[in-house]
Amino acid sequence: MTYHIAIDVSSVLRRTVCELYSNLVTRPTGATVRRAIEEALVGLPEPNVTVIDFSHVTLLDFSCADEIVGKLLDAQQRADGRPRTYFLIRGLHEPYLEAIEAVLERYDLAALVQDPSGNVHLVGTLDDGARRAWHVVRQRGSVQVQEIEDELGEPLVPWEEVVSQLSSRRLVVRRDDGRVALPQAS
Amino acid sequence: MTTVITVPPSLDDQTLETVLDQLAPLPADQKVLVDARHTRWASPYGLTALLTIAQSRAERASFAGPETEETASYWQRAGFYEHAERVFEMHGHVPRPRGHAGESQVLLEITPVAKSDDVHEVVEKIQSKAQTILVNELHLDPMATMRFAMTLSEVCQNIVEHAQTTGWVAVQTYRYRQRLGRRVVVIAVCDGGIGFRRSLESAQGRKLSDRWDDGMALEDAMLRGVSRFRDPGRGQGLAGVRRYVGKWDGKLAIRSGTARIALIPSWDEDIALREGLAPFPGSQVQITIPERVAKG
Repeated sequence: MTYHIAIDVSSVLRRTVCELYSNLVTRPTGATVRRAIEEALVGLPEPNVTVIDFSHVTLLDFSCADEIVGKLLDAQQRADGRPRTYFLIRGLHEPYLEAIEAVLERYDLAALVQDPSGNVHLVGTLDDGARRAWHVVRQRGSVQVQEIEDELGEPLVPWEEVVSQLSSRRLVVRRDDGRVALPQAS
Repeated sequence: MTTVITVPPSLDDQTLETVLDQLAPLPADQKVLVDARHTRWASPYGLTALLTIAQSRAERASFAGPETEETASYWQRAGFYEHAERVFEMHGHVPRPRGHAGESQVLLEITPVAKSDDVHEVVEKIQSKAQTILVNELHLDPMATMRFAMTLSEVCQNIVEHAQTTGWVAVQTYRYRQRLGRRVVVIAVCDGGIGFRRSLESAQGRKLSDRWDDGMALEDAMLRGVSRFRDPGRGQGLAGVRRYVGKWDGKLAIRSGTARIALIPSWDEDIALREGLAPFPGSQVQITIPERVAKG
């Protein structure tokens, strides 16, 4: 069973930095918010999909995007062992998304972002093969690795490795039944 | 003996150089009188730079403000006198606040920035004022307000992170007759701190090339996203500012030490990199965003 948890970044900001602030600006503010999120993650049941929700944030600058999203995902990515926490970012206005995409590129990271209509998109850096495999997973809901090869028709591509890469980057989940799914659909 | 430094009739980022040229040969403890009596107009860059000049003097500088009532009144509304009285020894008439007439041109009166909380306050203030001006008057898309505040936040943070002193920020709109014939919104951020070159030099283990100077430091920071911090996420604030300014067909100019670098839009004829300017401490940033016009 995968647990689904939402973290409202705006509430974290008001609780940890200042009740009066609604803007996620400056590095110290971003660092404080990130640490609060990291502390919250420690106590969560696993495996989980944690939604980082920016819906109620009125402004997110580049520095805060770096401190919150870049450093948070980078640290999680570097953690040893099988992924137990997956992230979904939600509530991003277009300028925030641009800032977060730039951050992910700097860290060579990719992340899952949910748009207002509920569709999940891949943002950040990922090679073309992995990106196409991920889209097959998204379209079908859950797949066996062989189905990715059948769909994309490139038998020479080591799809098993591609899926392992997607899994280690927390962009898909390898379920116990061997099928591959998006984290929030697992 | 006091040396008189003459402020030109129109003070902006270009003409400020004449002021800095006059200051350059003087030792920091030389008493100066900054004489703006005949100045008729000043950009936010000019006003914030005057305050920075005061900060850069070891001997408290004197200041004589514009003689025309209209100019003095505008400088007062822009918040100049409030701060000038703290950093200069004032001479002559100092105008006092009188209501809010004509305030619409001042989106953010001159505001000191020294710490992160100041950046929060700057952003809060600008959000309440910018929407109408940017969308209704400058015809930028509604998301522009958000991007504008993000840009403002980043340039102000440069003061907090790098300057190691109090800096000044101001945001105003005016008609840019000289080149564009359109309205513009201008962000000016000035500080008299350590500047880009010294900030980058403080990076641990940084190797400096033979031609290392202010110009190269500006190129590194603005064009290559180099920061004194090693984290991969550093240096992207300025990169983001560049990206957004480009999107608006705007202009970004940064002066630091003896050099000035600019991202120049098609409507302007500035020089991309100027070196060998009169030395001036800290960093001075100007962002100019033009009114959007429908394509014919």
